[in-house]
Amino acid sequence: MKTGRIMKELLRGGWITARHFFVNMAFHTLKLFGVKTKRRGAVTIQFPEERKKLSPRHRSLHRVLSREDGKPRCVACMLCVTVCPSECLTVEAAEDGDPEVQKYAARFVVDLNRCCFCGFCVEACPVDAIRMDTGEIRLAAASRGALELPLDKR
Amino acid sequence: MLVDVLIVLVKVVLTLTWTLLLALFLTWVERKQSAVMQDRIGANRASVFGLRLFGLFQPFADAIKMLFKEDFVPSFSERFLHWLAPAMSFFFVAVTMVAVPFGDAVRLFGRRIPLQVVDLNAALLFVLAMLSLGIYGILISGWASRSRFALIGSLRGAAQLISYEVALGLSLVGLIMVFPSLRLSKIVEFQGGTLFGFLPKWGIFLQPLGFAVFFLAGLAETKRVPFDLPEGESEIIGFYTEYGGLKFGLFMFADFLEVIVLSSLAVTLFFGGWQVPWLGGLNLAPWAVTVLQVLAFNLKVFFFCWLQVLVRWTYPRFRYDQLMDFGWKVLVPLGVVNILVTGLVLAVR
Repeated sequence: MKTGRIMKELLRGGWITARHFFVNMAFHTLKLFGVKTKRRGAVTIQFPEERKKLSPRHRSLHRVLSREDGKPRCVACMLCVTVCPSECLTVEAAEDGDPEVQKYAARFVVDLNRCCFCGFCVEACPVDAIRMDTGEIRLAAASRGALELPLDKR
Repeated sequence: MLVDVLIVLVKVVLTLTWTLLLALFLTWVERKQSAVMQDRIGANRASVFGLRLFGLFQPFADAIKMLFKEDFVPSFSERFLHWLAPAMSFFFVAVTMVAVPFGDAVRLFGRRIPLQVVDLNAALLFVLAMLSLGIYGILISGWASRSRFALIGSLRGAAQLISYEVALGLSLVGLIMVFPSLRLSKIVEFQGGTLFGFLPKWGIFLQPLGFAVFFLAGLAETKRVPFDLPEGESEIIGFYTEYGGLKFGLFMFADFLEVIVLSSLAVTLFFGGWQVPWLGGLNLAPWAVTVLQVLAFNLKVFFFCWLQVLVRWTYPRFRYDQLMDFGWKVLVPLGVVNILVTGLVLAVR
C-alpha cells in the first residue's frame, strides 16, 4: 500500500521535471528558429549582454553634480562625511573666489572598499551635489586602490 | 589472419572512440538537461573563436582544466594503489562495451563482420563480471587514500554495489529463461519477431518486472544521485576525497561511462538492441537496414541516457537504511518472484 503511494508520487515527480524539460525545450527551439514568444524557455538573465531594468530609486555608483559653469556643485559642508556610517567619503575643502559660494571641494573621493550604499550622503546633501543614480553596478576592480574613486574628476 | 586482427583493431578503436565521445558529451547533456529542467540555461560560455554552439565545447574546456591541474598525491597515501584505483574503475567500465552489439553483421568483401568487438559466448556473464570488478576501483581508492572519510565512503560504496548486484543478477535470470542464450548477439536476434502480430518481441514486453528490477538496480550500480551514497558529491564525503585533477576526472568519467553502459545493456537486453520493429515489410537495401539498425541502437541508448539524467535531477538521495531496505527487501524478492512467474509461464505454455 505504502510502496504503491510512494511509486505514484515518484512517477508524478518525474512527470513534473520531464514536463518542465519538454515545455522549456519547445520555447528554446522556437527561439532558435526566430519565433518570438511571450514566455521564455528559461528565467536566466545573461548578465553582460542582457540587463535587468534597475528601479529608479536603485542606489548604484555615486556621482557629483556640477554647476552650469562646470564647477562641482559641492560646497564642502562635510554633512555627507559626517553622516556616512562607513566613513568612506573624503572631502577636502578649498576657498572659492565667488563670495556667494565661499567653499568648494578640491577633492571628493569615495572609497568603494568601504561604502555600504546606504544613500545617507545623498539624503544629507543640502545642495543636491551627490546622487547615486548612475546605474553603474559593475564595480569590481583588480586592486583596492582602484576602488577609491575621485568623483570630482569624472 | 592479419585482416582479422586489423578488423578487430578497427572495431576496438571505433567502439572506444564512440563510447568516450558519448561519455564526454554526456557531461554536457547532463548540465544542459538539468538546466532546462530547472528553467535555467546552463553552460553556454565556452567558445572557440567566438563560436559558442550552446556550450558544446564545454566538455573539452573541462578536460583541459583537469589535465592541467596538479596531480596531487597525499604523502600518507599508498602511491601505487592510489594511482591504480581510478584506472581500474575506468577500465572495467570501458571494457564492458566490447560485448555490446551495435548492429547486425554486415557483409564486406565476402566477409561476415559482426558490428560488435567480440561475440563472446557468455557475454552477459562477462558484462556482469566486469561491472562487479568495478567495485575494486572504489575499495582500493578508499583504502589507498589512507583517509578515514574515503575509507568509510568506499565501504559504503562496496556494500551498496554488492547488495544491488544480487538484484541485478536475479533480474536477468528471467530474461535468460525467455531468451535461452548468454550471447548478447543471440539475445538481440531473439527479440526480432513480433508478439501477437503487432508488438515487437522485446524483452520489456516479456519481462516487464525483470526490466523494472534491472533498471532500478542498474541505477544503483551507476552510483548516481538517488543512490549516490558512495561519493555524495553534494555534501557527504566519498571514496575519491583524496583525488584531484585527472585522477578525479577518471572517476567522474567512469561514472558517465557507467550511464552509457547501463543504457546500452538496458537497450540490448530489454529493448531489442539494434532491432528496428516492423522493418521486415519495407524491402530496404542491406546497407540502409544496417544504418537504420545502428541508428536505432544509438537512439535507444540516447533515450535511456536522457531518462537517467532525468532521474538524477528529480529524486533526492536515499537514506542509507532505506537504500539497503530497497535493495534487499524490495528488489531481491521482486527478482525472485520474477523468476518464479517466468518459470511458471514457461512450464504451463
